[in-house]
Amino acid sequence: MTVAAPDAPLLVMRGIVKTFPGVRALDGVSFDVRAGEVHALVGENGAGKSTLMKILAGAQPADAGAIEVDGKPVTIDGPRTAERLGIGMIYQEFNLVPDLGVIENVVLGVEPRDGLFLDKRAAGSEVAKVLGELGIALPLDRPARRLSVAEQQLTEIAKCLVRHARLIVMDEPTAALTDREIDALFALIGKLKGQGVAFVYISHRLEELPRVADRVTVLRDGKAIETRPIAQMPQEDLIRLMVGRPLESHFPDLPPVAADAPVELGVRGLSADGFVPVHDLSFDVRRGEVVGLAGLVGAGRTEIVRAIAGADIPTAGEIDVGGARVVIRSPHDAIRAGIAFITEDRKAQGLVLGMTVRENTTLAHLDRFERGAFIDKPAEIVATNEEIAELHIRTPSSEQTVRNLSGGNQQKVVLGKWLIGDARVFLFDEPTRGIDVGAKAEIYTLMVELLRNGAAIVMVSSELPEALGMSHRVLVVRDGRIQAEFARADVTPDKVIAAATGVAGAAPQGCA
Amino acid sequence: MASDDVQAVMDARADAAVARRRRAATVRNVSLAVGFVVLVLVVNVFAHGNFLEPANFSHVLRQIVVNTILGVGQTFVIITAGIDLSVGSVVGLCGMVMAMVANTLHLGGPGTFLVTLVVGLAIGCGAGWINAQPVVRLGLPPFITTLAMMQVARGLAFILGHGQSIPLTDSGPFDWLGSGYIFGGIAGFPGIPWSVLVMAVVAIVFAIVLGRTAYGRYVLAVGGNEEAARLAGIDTRRVKTLVYVISGGCAALGGLLLMAQFSAGTPQAGTGAELQCIAAVVVGGTSLMGGRGTIVGTFFGALLIGVLNNVMNLLVIESYTQQIVLGVVILLALVLDALRKRYLAAR
Repeated sequence: MTVAAPDAPLLVMRGIVKTFPGVRALDGVSFDVRAGEVHALVGENGAGKSTLMKILAGAQPADAGAIEVDGKPVTIDGPRTAERLGIGMIYQEFNLVPDLGVIENVVLGVEPRDGLFLDKRAAGSEVAKVLGELGIALPLDRPARRLSVAEQQLTEIAKCLVRHARLIVMDEPTAALTDREIDALFALIGKLKGQGVAFVYISHRLEELPRVADRVTVLRDGKAIETRPIAQMPQEDLIRLMVGRPLESHFPDLPPVAADAPVELGVRGLSADGFVPVHDLSFDVRRGEVVGLAGLVGAGRTEIVRAIAGADIPTAGEIDVGGARVVIRSPHDAIRAGIAFITEDRKAQGLVLGMTVRENTTLAHLDRFERGAFIDKPAEIVATNEEIAELHIRTPSSEQTVRNLSGGNQQKVVLGKWLIGDARVFLFDEPTRGIDVGAKAEIYTLMVELLRNGAAIVMVSSELPEALGMSHRVLVVRDGRIQAEFARADVTPDKVIAAATGVAGAAPQGCA
Repeated sequence: MASDDVQAVMDARADAAVARRRRAATVRNVSLAVGFVVLVLVVNVFAHGNFLEPANFSHVLRQIVVNTILGVGQTFVIITAGIDLSVGSVVGLCGMVMAMVANTLHLGGPGTFLVTLVVGLAIGCGAGWINAQPVVRLGLPPFITTLAMMQVARGLAFILGHGQSIPLTDSGPFDWLGSGYIFGGIAGFPGIPWSVLVMAVVAIVFAIVLGRTAYGRYVLAVGGNEEAARLAGIDTRRVKTLVYVISGGCAALGGLLLMAQFSAGTPQAGTGAELQCIAAVVVGGTSLMGGRGTIVGTFFGALLIGVLNNVMNLLVIESYTQQIVLGVVILLALVLDALRKRYLAAR
């Protein structure tokens, strides 16, 4: 393996073109990465980041363009070739075998052999050596399914390292990490940079880029718009370049809650045995109010909204909607009571990916489209087109399969599914996770719209700026209990973090 | 005003997408049909003109009746990403029970027929309901629960007849179904076999249920993403229970048809039928992963297999060779389908 001259690009991609039916995903993109550099790649969903990286990883062929590694032209015709060239890929959804341990996962496909048999001892020492050099502690025998998200990510990084990757692509690596885990990840990236490893870093969390990246390239509509050192790229410029227009503010103004606004959702003594048990929880949400549930990942926030939505069955407690007691034993009961639950994981829980926009939009309220024994499809199309227009869903038609839409547009389809009903209580679980800045702003605007129409909103958010910027009140959750409550006027990031971690006066971390 | 414009544009796009899909489907169907016709003509020459005889045509349709009806039920199960291995045995069990019921009743023709039918359907649907319980309540794999039912139902069928068939003492109420024709006698047209008509009605009714009703949509949604379906308020347990009940009911109908044909309940009736109908469903384009499938496809799958069997019989191909050819054709159909999908996805 040749060693690159200092500052000579490790990787150059030139004039890359990729066309899908009806879409020019990449329109002559040029991009380079130097050894020991973190090069951030940003852009709205659908800008072409994933496609560009899939071409680099050999998962898809380019239609035109050239790739050079160490100044030599190469043809990447498959994942194996990419691996041999020292390119490692860590997708947002990890590629680990759930029942295999850390060691087996790390050496999967490159197992050391002793004659005919696997050499487990050599595998173990090799993995231990790679991890040891970086000062990473991992439970080496634990199956991947029982690892935390951060541990799975470290396993993926170790996978790249035993394959001698010199360039590691990370797609949204911090999306599911706690602030502390993010710090550890950044420290690790710094250490690997020192050893000459380069990174392509894809993220929607613009505020973290100055902490980790050296340069940044903005992609928009399949074109590389601009590349600059991160120090010369203020966040406002970044956003402007990404969306192609200035965004006035991240968050819209929340309309104040009327003084005499009635309680729309009342929760008393709610307990549930979810993934994280919820204990004896009580709170009210008034008409026109957003209550934000803040806290660390795994604090029980999702479990709270799941119990209210009937996704998990509460073991105790009472729920009132619009002043009337409701009994919720299933999602069906919750929907009938006027509760809409916009789930965190749209692919696993929100959408049937193989169905069309229309079929997904009407799924929760299909009874309204029944005429006699049959579904009235023209009525479905009319209703779906209304949502497409109102939510600016970018789709060729209501008959498009949602699998083919970008993340932000998929999330809008999930919203459309609930907007065609007449819910009065909306439970949003991480409503903007993994979607781009433009779609985020649209979703915030929509939430304000809902408030004006008299809705009550509960929003779970792990992004502190969002939790503070889009809530009238913030409830901080830890261990399935409400630890603190702050009004909009006197909430600060430090107070929330202190309550969330249980440490008085904890320093604010990872918030813009 | 502006939203009206958007509306109009979206409508036009939706229409265009639907039209495009229709065109693609038409092209596919026409090319399939042309290929089919050519194949038929070639085969006809080799079979000395016997293949295109109307009598042979009607014969093929009668041969595929039971497989198609079982395939209809199986399609629903497979769309939910399940499988029903018990249908063959339920065919046998229902045939035995129905023969016993028919032999004890003295209600006159239609009465005997109706009561027998109802009892048979009750047994078949009941077996399906039992199949579904461990699946929906405990999350057990349907492969196992229906395998168990396959064993139990077959064993019961043999016990009921002490290992023997039960001949109908009066086959009168059932003969029309076993060998009768309808709409015959015009210009030498022999008519349509009653059993073929029953198959057509079952296939059309369930094609409409799957394609046009809320229940059909729910079946597809549960197969596509069960958790998303549940959170959308769909009673996924009920939806899944019902697909096994439908499959059991179809098996009972299959049992009735075979009993009428043989004028007897036979304990080994339907042996191997589960695999035949799964083959028809899969060849018909229904995904074993769930979420996708059509009744029309299943019918054509069953037809393809039926025609193939018939052709090989006409060409006097040995039955062992027939098995090999059938296996290869099933595999080929799936490979071609997979290649077609890959081609479409890559474009």
